[in-house]
Amino acid sequence: MIGKKVKLRITFLFLSFISLVLIVFLIIKSLEENVVYFKSPSEIISLAELTNKKVRIGGMVKKDSLEINAEEIRFIITDFKNEISVSYSGIIPNLFEEEKGVVAEGYIQDRKFFVAKKILAKHDENYMPPEIKKALEN
Amino acid sequence: MISELGHYSLVFVTIFSAIIILQSFKYVLSEQIVFKNNLYNLIFLQLFFIVVSFLCLLIAFLYSDFSNVTVYNNSHTSKPLFYKVSGVWGNHEGSLLLWLLVLILFLFLFILNSKKVDNKYKLLTVIFQEIIILGFLVFIIFTSNPFEYLFPVPNEGLGLNPILQDPALAIHPPILYLGYVGSSLIFSSSLAAVISNNVDSGWAKHIKKWVFISWIFLTLGIMLGSVWAYYELGWGGFWFWDPVENVSLMPWFCLTALLHSIVVLEKRNSLKNWTIILSIATFALSMSGTFLVRSGILNSIHTFANDPSRGLFILTFLFFLVVLAITILFIYFDKNETKSDNFFLISKESAVLVNNWFMMYFLSVVLIGTIYPIFLEVITNDKISVGAPFYHKLIVPFLIPFFIFMSFGPRLKWIKNSYKKINYKQILIFLITLLISFLIVHNSGVRYLFSIFLIAASIFLLISSFRDLFKKKIQFPQKISHLAFSILILSILINGIYSKEFNSNMRVGDQVKFMNKTITFKSINFYEEKNYRLLRGNFEINESGKNPLNFVPEIRIYNQPVISTSEADIKTTLLNDNFIVFSLLKEGEIFNVRYQYKPFMIWIWISVMVLAFGGTLAIIKK
Repeated sequence: MIGKKVKLRITFLFLSFISLVLIVFLIIKSLEENVVYFKSPSEIISLAELTNKKVRIGGMVKKDSLEINAEEIRFIITDFKNEISVSYSGIIPNLFEEEKGVVAEGYIQDRKFFVAKKILAKHDENYMPPEIKKALEN
Repeated sequence: MISELGHYSLVFVTIFSAIIILQSFKYVLSEQIVFKNNLYNLIFLQLFFIVVSFLCLLIAFLYSDFSNVTVYNNSHTSKPLFYKVSGVWGNHEGSLLLWLLVLILFLFLFILNSKKVDNKYKLLTVIFQEIIILGFLVFIIFTSNPFEYLFPVPNEGLGLNPILQDPALAIHPPILYLGYVGSSLIFSSSLAAVISNNVDSGWAKHIKKWVFISWIFLTLGIMLGSVWAYYELGWGGFWFWDPVENVSLMPWFCLTALLHSIVVLEKRNSLKNWTIILSIATFALSMSGTFLVRSGILNSIHTFANDPSRGLFILTFLFFLVVLAITILFIYFDKNETKSDNFFLISKESAVLVNNWFMMYFLSVVLIGTIYPIFLEVITNDKISVGAPFYHKLIVPFLIPFFIFMSFGPRLKWIKNSYKKINYKQILIFLITLLISFLIVHNSGVRYLFSIFLIAASIFLLISSFRDLFKKKIQFPQKISHLAFSILILSILINGIYSKEFNSNMRVGDQVKFMNKTITFKSINFYEEKNYRLLRGNFEINESGKNPLNFVPEIRIYNQPVISTSEADIKTTLLNDNFIVFSLLKEGEIFNVRYQYKPFMIWIWISVMVLAFGGTLAIIKK
């Protein structure tokens, strides 16, 4: 016969195992749903299928491309091979300028047009997000 | 000259570190284990030299000695005195020096405070702590020496990143470091206790103070970073689930779990191995936090320019320490856990365990969300980021049971409780809270059944913690901290639900309408300050039936380096914050203006401070 204490311990271990599996499953599942991929304008051009998920686009703000009106700003992100137009309304970080690096987060409308929900700030004028560096190097 | 002195002091510190390790080993191995006075002297001398070294760097900054590379890279003659001082730790090299200073200071204080404890345990703690110190010394001297020379000596420095020139951020790193470094002492001491077979309530009582100290500083440090992000970055939030923020939150979860389990160890002499594992994990998380921030591996918007080789060193060193810790734990594992037969299912002990499980769950969510992108990039070369929705989805639902457990937990006794304790009164209170939260949620326009339960649970927690204030059985500091925590949670929730924001690109003279308010951009003025040019906007918000509010947010254009920052103008009342920030758009004609309404903001800061204050009381009271 299994003793009462051993039985309790087995139940306990079993329960912890089940909850662990559940938690891991839960985390992995929400990860899949909530990650944001980073793309360069060239990668978007060569996308086989457009996603309706949120993505980040990184590159340089093209010279003389910035247009401003009361509700929104429009500009072009370029990686010097391909470019994409961006429309954005919201807070604009101080380090956002033409011919500087930028990361915009939002939704792809088509291969040439992007609606940004957020423009990410940087803390350091010499700092460049690793993705941009890579995108520019390629 | 001053840099040489600083550099050689560092070398002396290293030599002392080696001597102390050797000496302590000799004492541990000797038949009669003694802790001789010369060790006190050695540690004191080590402290003295690290202080000298730190002062040298401080003086180099104060006198703008640009023959020093660190000063050249991070300072400027026109910088105000306050930021010359904070510039010392506002950079990688200097912050490591500060880290070392705190490491040694804590060890010294620990030794002074541990006169009555077992010699073997004390010696082993010194050895482990000195190994950590030595590791960081090697790191600082070979990869990030703050005293490197620059020749020819330039006339002017490059200046401190203006975004760091801010009072909250000036004291944020030292405070956070005190928390991180405190965890190193807990790590050393718990390993020492494991080896000397000392893990018992006596040890718990002894180390509890240090757990509280690092917890208080970590809590305050995280808050300061958060306050800074709130008003300086102008994004209007206080927490963005950014990897750099997450790495400070992870050790906090761990330390909070430890804070609770150490009390169980003290009172009930159980959960020994678990407490030790928590101590090791807290330290490992603090160290990997430094690693992740410094290495540039993290894809974070907070990342500053940095150097991967440094990260590799920290990672290797951390790996070594963790392997060491695990080996020790395995060798001495069995001896420690005494079988406790008197475990009761409904007791304070199991309530603490439940708390620990929740903490571990939150920790694993944040951990996975933070490091998953790194792994994915290595494996598939996909670059991703994990945003707030991930964390909200996984953490928020679990808050409901967590709050309910937290409402009952403190009332349970250490030994067996009867089931009848949970009475009808509390069910009634819960129903009332459901009603209140329904009204709150109903008013806000967010109509989710889920948010009703969430708010109900947090109000229930608030009421329970408030009622606990008048119970004599519960420790006073605990009551204070739990009440503060419940206020914090409720403020965050209400803030999240009721916050409103509005953006517009405006010229001087423009007027926009938002809800029932009119925002007018009245004028803009230019000023010349010591190290920046200043644009001060003048905004007015009119709401029918209320006095108009005047806002004067600023844009500062620093001259060295040339960066502009926005200074928000925030009108704070007990009930809400009104927040206006604006930034340059094009040729100084059009400005990007953001108005935000943030209810209960001040309560978030107050409650965190009270939370930490509760911890302070716990130390003083003993």
